[in-house]
Amino acid sequence: MLLNQFLFLGAFLFCTGIYGVLARKNAVLVLMSIELILNAVNINLVAFGAFRSNVAGQVFALFVVAIAAAEVGVGLAIVLIIYRNKRSVDLTEVDLMKG
Amino acid sequence: MIAENIAFWLTALAMAVGAIRVVTTKNVVHAALWLVLVLGGVALNFVLLAAEFLAVVQILVYIGAVVVLFLFGIMLTRAPIGHDAELDNNQRWAGLVVGLLTFGVLASVLAKAFGRQHVSPASVQRTSDVANSVFTTYVVPFEVVSLVLLAALVGAVVIARRD
Repeated sequence: MLLNQFLFLGAFLFCTGIYGVLARKNAVLVLMSIELILNAVNINLVAFGAFRSNVAGQVFALFVVAIAAAEVGVGLAIVLIIYRNKRSVDLTEVDLMKG
Repeated sequence: MIAENIAFWLTALAMAVGAIRVVTTKNVVHAALWLVLVLGGVALNFVLLAAEFLAVVQILVYIGAVVVLFLFGIMLTRAPIGHDAELDNNQRWAGLVVGLLTFGVLASVLAKAFGRQHVSPASVQRTSDVANSVFTTYVVPFEVVSLVLLAALVGAVVIARRD
């Protein structure tokens, strides 16, 4: 297997996630796109770990999984409180701190 | 080698379709279910790269916990369960341009840097090696991550509490 096939897959997932973050309006869908980005990073970490026969890639991927779980928990809590205050999760309406 | 490549390309195709559907589908619940496909494909990629412990963690944490959390979030925010055209904002074309440009830059750099170098999953890193590394070299980051998880847990409860 080529190293590049994993890296290209990761790059594709990353760019799809970027598109999702920019183009989606629903807060939960934006969080899902962020998960795509984090998974792209994980593929890269594990691929480079296998490429260099270094265990650090897997360890860091493990840390990324833990951080992603924490991020989803806090993110969804924030989405819930936005919904409670505004009765919608439309991110274009959340502009209280806009200058 | 051939079998590994076939497995990879089938998985990659499914993941590409799933990822595109996650960011384009008009149904929020379907987006979460397509996300399951992508996350499962990532787990299969970990298996192909001989990281079986991480593959199991991926399935347990992502498909088992994160997607369920997403579904709870969708239900609690009462997103319309049918079709809904109001999921995208008006930056769709800008997002498409940014995504394609980023992919072009990444692809050209990766193709130039790692041309045709091979991954050799023969040099397997066993789970015991991962465990040794976590509890010796990376023991401080490991403890910090446990603190982060605790803080996130308490923080999520405090933020979402109704008082």
